[in-house]
Amino acid sequence: MKKYIDQGKNDTRSGFGAGLTELGRTNPNVVALCADLVGSLKMEKFIEENPERFFQIGIAEANMMGIAAGLTIGGKIPFTGTFANFSTGRVYDQIRQSIAYSDKNVKICASHAGVTLGEDGATHQILEDLGLMKMLPGMTVINTCDYNQTKAATIAIAEHHGPVYLRFGRPKVANFTPVDQKFEIGKAVMLNEGTDVTIVATGHLVWEALIAAENLEKQGISAEVINIHTIKPLDGEAVLKSVKKTGCVVTAEEHNYLGGLGESISGFLATTHPTPQEFVATKDTFGESGTPEQLMDKYGLNNKAIVNAVVNVLKRK
Amino acid sequence: MPKLQELQDLTVQVRRDILRMVHKVNSGHPGGSLGCTEFIVALYNEVMELKDGFDMDGKDEDLFFLSNGHISPVFYSVLARKGYFPVEELNTFRLIDSRLQGHPTTHEGLPGVRIASGSLGQGMSVALGAAQAKKLNKDSKLVYTLHGDGELQEGQNWEAIMYAAGKKVDNIISTIDYNGQQIDGATNDVLPMGDLKKKFEAFGWDVLDIKEGNDLEAVIKGMKEAKSRTGKGKPVCVLLHTVMGHGVDFMMYTHAWHGKAPNDEQLATALGQNPETLGDY
Ligand SMILES: Cc1ncc(C[n+]2csc(CCOP(=O)(O)OP(=O)(O)O)c2C)c(N)n1
Ligand SMILES: [Mg+2]
Repeated sequence: MKKYIDQGKNDTRSGFGAGLTELGRTNPNVVALCADLVGSLKMEKFIEENPERFFQIGIAEANMMGIAAGLTIGGKIPFTGTFANFSTGRVYDQIRQSIAYSDKNVKICASHAGVTLGEDGATHQILEDLGLMKMLPGMTVINTCDYNQTKAATIAIAEHHGPVYLRFGRPKVANFTPVDQKFEIGKAVMLNEGTDVTIVATGHLVWEALIAAENLEKQGISAEVINIHTIKPLDGEAVLKSVKKTGCVVTAEEHNYLGGLGESISGFLATTHPTPQEFVATKDTFGESGTPEQLMDKYGLNNKAIVNAVVNVLKRK
Repeated sequence: MPKLQELQDLTVQVRRDILRMVHKVNSGHPGGSLGCTEFIVALYNEVMELKDGFDMDGKDEDLFFLSNGHISPVFYSVLARKGYFPVEELNTFRLIDSRLQGHPTTHEGLPGVRIASGSLGQGMSVALGAAQAKKLNKDSKLVYTLHGDGELQEGQNWEAIMYAAGKKVDNIISTIDYNGQQIDGATNDVLPMGDLKKKFEAFGWDVLDIKEGNDLEAVIKGMKEAKSRTGKGKPVCVLLHTVMGHGVDFMMYTHAWHGKAPNDEQLATALGQNPETLGDY
């Protein structure tokens, strides 16, 4: 199996901060907004270098989304920053009407997604955001896996016209995406070719999928691993090509199985190429306080859970 | 006044609990918790009229809603020391499988908590519903709330503030932790909120200041005064002037300790400034 090297653990939110800093230097239309979470979103450097292009909104996320929509009228490219929960559910109708329906070029950048935000607990751990955002017509939905990919995605979405939801997280995780890998919206990344099962993963679960594939290889199971960083538009072609070869699929995400990546894949395959599938995702539950590792384990979101899901799906082939 | 000395001792012990809780898990929010210690201690031990035990409906007793849920450490400590759950359980704060979640929730069934909070700006609306339920039930007890000052930047508060006065919900006392700080800095730098007193008054509330929000006697006196103003057709607002991080010299007068835990050395210094009184958990 192809070897991936962790270039040093880092947090995806820092990848966002680095990408935003670079955009500050290269694209004068990029502006940033934050709702009293500058440090958590790693926006300090952008603010330091472009104070006049930064808007501190205060703790008022609904107002932030509206102001972002307004800034696009005049050619600005606004990047909003707050936690995933306050970037989505908190402001759903503001996004729906003023951004998505009005087709505004706003980049909704959301940190601390999923259970890996850890000790703050369920009030802050949104596991429903991918579903909320993908249901909005015209919304592009991206969930990056590591620092390098988040940085590249941040830069790429500035070039894309239209509303984007970019989801990333809090903990330091393996950073294995090649630093020069171009980020193509809507294009899946083939990480490992295999023949027995397709594992389609997104976000923090991509690294776990690679570990799982290594462990499966030791058991004589050949797993194909695909990183779907763009949930919408979905790269159906890549998925189809893979499952036609392997005949079964496991999806893995730090999200509720309802509304997430797995649901998108099953919906797509049901109408194109019905395929046995297992979901590695939370099972319609809220999260809780704990360390990220404990929570990933308790809620079945790690490489062990992926291996188990593969064993189960192989029986259904 | 022996009772006052007892409460002073409790206040110091609660501060120790807060510091030890956040230190153990290296996360949580000491700043606002320390600043609101006198208030929560006074509320539960001198101001509110409470039944024994806990039931969700809380009929015929006063209710409290913590809207700024991040200051859960002070809430949990006071609840535990009031007897709502074992004091030893403070040891489980923010750990997996605990009832003491990072932000208060009803999900794990912790006695004393009636609504989840943590996502800011929602508590007053809930409290208004509970206050109106009390009126429907011919229950003359009161509803108390606490909000951060930064939290008031959330628009939902102002919907609730307008509603409370417009609908004459006069069995509610909403207190604002007026510490002038939030995560990214001083509230005046992040988003100046102008004259809060005039704003609440313009919305139709009866507003009073507790200038010394970290002086237990002043807090008790102020809250009793607030109580006397209920039932007169207007909701009552208390602007509680506190110092974030009060009681630990290096945590005071800054937003730096809003959501940061002390290290071992800092903990020792902080505890040294708050010697054990009722016994650590
Ligand atoms: C809706 C929402 N947005 C953002 C946050 C993140 N957050 C937690 S506490 C806080 C600052 C609150 O300031 P304040 O109410 O003044 O409380 P203090 O810092 O004084 O304790 C923020 C922005 C949140 N919990 N909820
Ligand atoms: Mg404050």
